[in-house]
Amino acid sequence: MRVVVPISVGGWARLFSRWDILAILLVLGLLVFLGEASRHLFEPLIELEKQPPSLDPRHLPEYAARTTLRMLIAMVLSLIFTFTYATLAAKNKRAERILIPLLDILQSVPILGFISVTVIFFMELAPGRVLGAEFAAIFAIFTSQAWNMAFSFYQSLRTVPTELTEASRCFRLNPWMTFWRVDVPFAMPQLIWNMMMSMSGSWFFVVASEAISVGHTTVTLPGIGSYIALAIDRQDLRAVGWAIGAMLIVILIYDQLLFRPLVAWADRFRFEQEAGVLPPRSWVFNVLRRSRLVDRATRPCGLLWRRSLRANWLTPRPMVKPLPRYRAGWISFVWDAAVLTAIVIALLLLTRFAAQGVTPADFGTTLLLGLATLTRVLVLIAIASVIWVPVGVWVGTRPRVANAVQPVAQFLAAFPANLLFPIFVSVIVAWRLDPNIWLSPLMILGNQWYILFNVIAGAAAIPAEMRAVGDNLHVRGWLWWRRIALPAIFPYYVTGAITASGGSWNASIVAEVASWGNEHLHAAGLGAYIAHETELGDFHRIVLGIATMSLYVVVVNRTFWRPLYHYAERKFRLG
Amino acid sequence: MTETLLDIHELRQSFPRADGGEHLVLDGINFEMPQGQIVGLLGRTGSGKSTLLRLIAGLARPSAGSVMYLGQPVVGPPPGIAMVFQSFALFPWLTVLENVQLGLEALCLPEAEIRQRALAAIDLIGLDGYESAYPRELSGGMRQRVGFARALVVHPNILLMDEPFSALDVLTAETLRTDFLELWGEGKLPIKGVILVTHNIEEAVLMCDRIILFSTNPARIINEIKVDLRQPRNRLDPQFRELVEKIYVAMTARKTAPAPIGTAGERTATIDTVLPRVSANLLSGLIETLAAPPFNGKADLPVLADELHLELDELFPVSESLQLLHLAEIEGGDIKLSDAGKQFAESGMDDRKKLFQRELLTYVPLAAHIRRVLQERANHVAPRSRFLDELEDHMSTEDAEGTLRAVTAWGRYAEVYAYDDDSGTFSLENPS
Repeated sequence: MRVVVPISVGGWARLFSRWDILAILLVLGLLVFLGEASRHLFEPLIELEKQPPSLDPRHLPEYAARTTLRMLIAMVLSLIFTFTYATLAAKNKRAERILIPLLDILQSVPILGFISVTVIFFMELAPGRVLGAEFAAIFAIFTSQAWNMAFSFYQSLRTVPTELTEASRCFRLNPWMTFWRVDVPFAMPQLIWNMMMSMSGSWFFVVASEAISVGHTTVTLPGIGSYIALAIDRQDLRAVGWAIGAMLIVILIYDQLLFRPLVAWADRFRFEQEAGVLPPRSWVFNVLRRSRLVDRATRPCGLLWRRSLRANWLTPRPMVKPLPRYRAGWISFVWDAAVLTAIVIALLLLTRFAAQGVTPADFGTTLLLGLATLTRVLVLIAIASVIWVPVGVWVGTRPRVANAVQPVAQFLAAFPANLLFPIFVSVIVAWRLDPNIWLSPLMILGNQWYILFNVIAGAAAIPAEMRAVGDNLHVRGWLWWRRIALPAIFPYYVTGAITASGGSWNASIVAEVASWGNEHLHAAGLGAYIAHETELGDFHRIVLGIATMSLYVVVVNRTFWRPLYHYAERKFRLG
Repeated sequence: MTETLLDIHELRQSFPRADGGEHLVLDGINFEMPQGQIVGLLGRTGSGKSTLLRLIAGLARPSAGSVMYLGQPVVGPPPGIAMVFQSFALFPWLTVLENVQLGLEALCLPEAEIRQRALAAIDLIGLDGYESAYPRELSGGMRQRVGFARALVVHPNILLMDEPFSALDVLTAETLRTDFLELWGEGKLPIKGVILVTHNIEEAVLMCDRIILFSTNPARIINEIKVDLRQPRNRLDPQFRELVEKIYVAMTARKTAPAPIGTAGERTATIDTVLPRVSANLLSGLIETLAAPPFNGKADLPVLADELHLELDELFPVSESLQLLHLAEIEGGDIKLSDAGKQFAESGMDDRKKLFQRELLTYVPLAAHIRRVLQERANHVAPRSRFLDELEDHMSTEDAEGTLRAVTAWGRYAEVYAYDDDSGTFSLENPS
């Protein structure tokens, strides 16, 4: 499976276009707006009325179900977002120019930053406090899922083969039918792969989103996440074990009941068939497909569905590429006006924000702390690469091993860093280690697997003939790595490293601050800064921290990862 | 009943070029299409035939001129014009039946009628039993049959075919052509006219009632040939051969008026000549074949094409490159080795390179230009972009890219200069 990079890599001729600047303004403006709108509510918030959460494992099934439900709802929202946002970006040039930079900036905003800023806003939106907190949690999970799905869908839509587009136009399919008959099927395999990745990734944030505390407001929603938080707070190792078990079961159920059937079903949508690859199988999918009951139950829906595709209220588009004319002037006027207004509002909010309460010293501090976190991310990626590239190549060139390793790595990718707090904190305290160094591995814990995944995929994609040539010429040892293995996996590796880097920045908010019972450890870094200010409820500094982190992520992406990606694509892409 | 299906008037298509000018693809195209004809559009790849077909299908808009279908201007894909694609363009996620039904679903017909018509089309085109198969389970020939069924099922007045047989192997293509002609001849097809785009001369003579010949760069109609032979036609029939020969002659005729952009078909190249991308290996291969018996230095192009199993499309760029380098001459459908060409054939590797170097520097001004620039520079290095920009002032970005690639490859073979792709620079040094 060709993996999609989770950042925008188009238009690499320039580092930043004016659309990027606009996107940055809009995102920052939105953050400030959400925060401002809820700032005065920070203090007088009443504690949630709730049963006190319990560590009794008997509650775990219920907690697991609630967490699962949240993730599912977030997934549905992410899908809706993907289908609308990415489609608009892919089909409309005007919208694309702003939507894609916007998406790129959005994905750089740390997810926990979204929680800190939006939780009060959402709680105010809903009449009942619990419902508001649910909204906030679901929104946080959504932000951890949606961006990469939207990127994947957008990139798929842009690569629909011309002949298919032409055929669909030639046979006068209406836009609705084209979307469901051509665009979605074509994008489906990649989208499902990204949904799986998103699901894994969002586990990491479930813990954070179910037990939120901003200033004096503490929100605890019943779920596996809050269970883990409580277990850590109470130093209950057994409960941590139970939580791990429950997670494992939920992930397994997801895999068997949802993703495996989806992958098996989506196999028909694959555009090119790789030779020698067995089609994915799923017992659930087979049962569903063969069951007469299911068939009978779904047939009316299918009929209705097809009828909706044939609906003639959507007449075929007359032309996709109209001649450049000055008509449709008012649409462009309204659009420009809307973008302009949004930018002016964002600018106003930002200047007012900068004028209040943020000193130049604060800027300096966050920039320095960002540098510390940046160093950590880069060093960790380097270390993880040294470990996982050889392992990935070894596994990838052995299909049987690869099949066994994939699901394990997938589970590990979903493993929230918090669950390892007990070990890390105890060891660091017992041996009096420097938390600045020894807390860092927590950042890469969940993200190193993306490097492994991609390297495995890359190694598996090395053509058998190329490997045969190597054997034939007795290319062995270091020469084999240098001339065959490393160049072949390089594009895949870069994709994995980009994903891991983004994830590590995100994880720093959790990983630079660790606690186990009464032991609280801090590393100096931007993640710890945001976490600390969130605890204090200092809205200005939260936004400042988030903005600085986004800035770092975007700059590193544009100056380092994007050029590297293009270099890899140009030089090492096979075929 | 001779109602005009299609009337194309002064059609012109151009795309904006980097330097602000325009790149002309189609120019001054006029023709009418009455009912009951198979019309062939014959020309080389890149001659704009496919662009013309897309204009007729309403998939693109012309820069000037008009396409009238049944008296109505075409402004979007009109109902009643269906297309068969070179690469089949089947939807891999739909079964054969669903693929065929697609066009009918778009017409918002009732479910029962859709099914009945789709099954009838599948039956007609010989796909019985494959209804529930996915395209990937089918062979190329069967896939193209689905392509035909999908187009025919909507009962179009005009069937557009964009090189429908060129992605198939020879035998399969022949079977499919014969089947199609049989159905057409028996009047079993629900269509009133066919437009077939091809670069295969024999295919055109075999299938068409009328063949329209196109020049390249930009595409203009250079000739129109009526084919009065009775179906089924026999490739070995002397009249058939005569027509094929006649078309070859027409396609290799020297241009009467100089085209605005130089093409490789002209006698001598200038710096802004669009060069065909032909490898030096192919050039020497053709020279060797021509020098050896049975040709002994001179060959009839159709015979040569047959001998080498090359299509028009593949043979023309090679022979024209030879002409450009003055290694051979083309006239009246014949190709003849020049003295330099004969000498090339007799030489060993090193002498060949020297000879090629001489021809290249003498007759391809662009190669000489690159070498001169490199010699003039102190470090003997120049970036590729320098020459690309220069070319783009004279031709489309695509052509500039292709031309530079061609001249890079030839220069490398002749060791006139070296090129390093990593840094994108030309230099005079050869890696030691």
